[in-house]
Amino acid sequence: MEQIIIVAVLVTLGYFFGRHAEQKHFKSIIEREQTLNALPAMASRMPPHDDQYQQTLVSGNVVIANDYFKTFVAGLRNFFGGKISTYETLLDRGRREALLRMKEKAQELGAELVFNVKYETSSISGQSRKNIPIIEVHAYGTALKKL
Amino acid sequence: MLLSNLEFMTGKKVVKHLGLVQGSSVRAKHAGKDILSGLKNMFGGELKAYTELLQESREEATERMVQQAQSIGANAVLNIRFSTSSIAAGAAEIYVYGTAVVLDNPE
Repeated sequence: MEQIIIVAVLVTLGYFFGRHAEQKHFKSIIEREQTLNALPAMASRMPPHDDQYQQTLVSGNVVIANDYFKTFVAGLRNFFGGKISTYETLLDRGRREALLRMKEKAQELGAELVFNVKYETSSISGQSRKNIPIIEVHAYGTALKKL
Repeated sequence: MLLSNLEFMTGKKVVKHLGLVQGSSVRAKHAGKDILSGLKNMFGGELKAYTELLQESREEATERMVQQAQSIGANAVLNIRFSTSSIAAGAAEIYVYGTAVVLDNPE
């Protein structure tokens, strides 16, 4: 009985705090994405040939975890199968945040373009806490500044 | 030392290829940080301690790769790739590798 109460409290707390944190995060991501629109990041490997650039490696990373409510819902979903949308938002947040951090570093260098952007995603929750997903997203690329 | 994950440097010529250089770093989580992030897990969100830990780890791996490149006389590393692998609970290996080259006019 006690255990059920603890889980219920954690799920409720996770729901309210987690939702609030996520909405705040998405708002900040959208704002920063709009200000960084002027600095495009591309997956292309070939910068324009006619110009000379100063090339610098830039990267951004983020470690992000799901809240208890979402983990709980995903656990239920896992049983029946199907789309787990609570994990999708987690990965979306992580990828966009990592890319933004990379772009912010490129902006500090005064770069105009970021080329050959690569993403790397890894789960770092380890075996000790099987149920709580913690992911790391690392985005890196070459910032180009016109000479 | 010039670093890039493109296969060339614009406006510079590769004079000599020196082969693959690499650097790696294995880091484990700090117990105190681990407990704090355990609490953070309840509410979700970014775990800043881990972000910094992995960032430092990547910098160290890159530093080792640069040292190796310097020791064989390179002045740039091209086509850099990163990779992460979890080797045990709570420990991650960061691996970075690239091609060491000599450029004709590094400045």
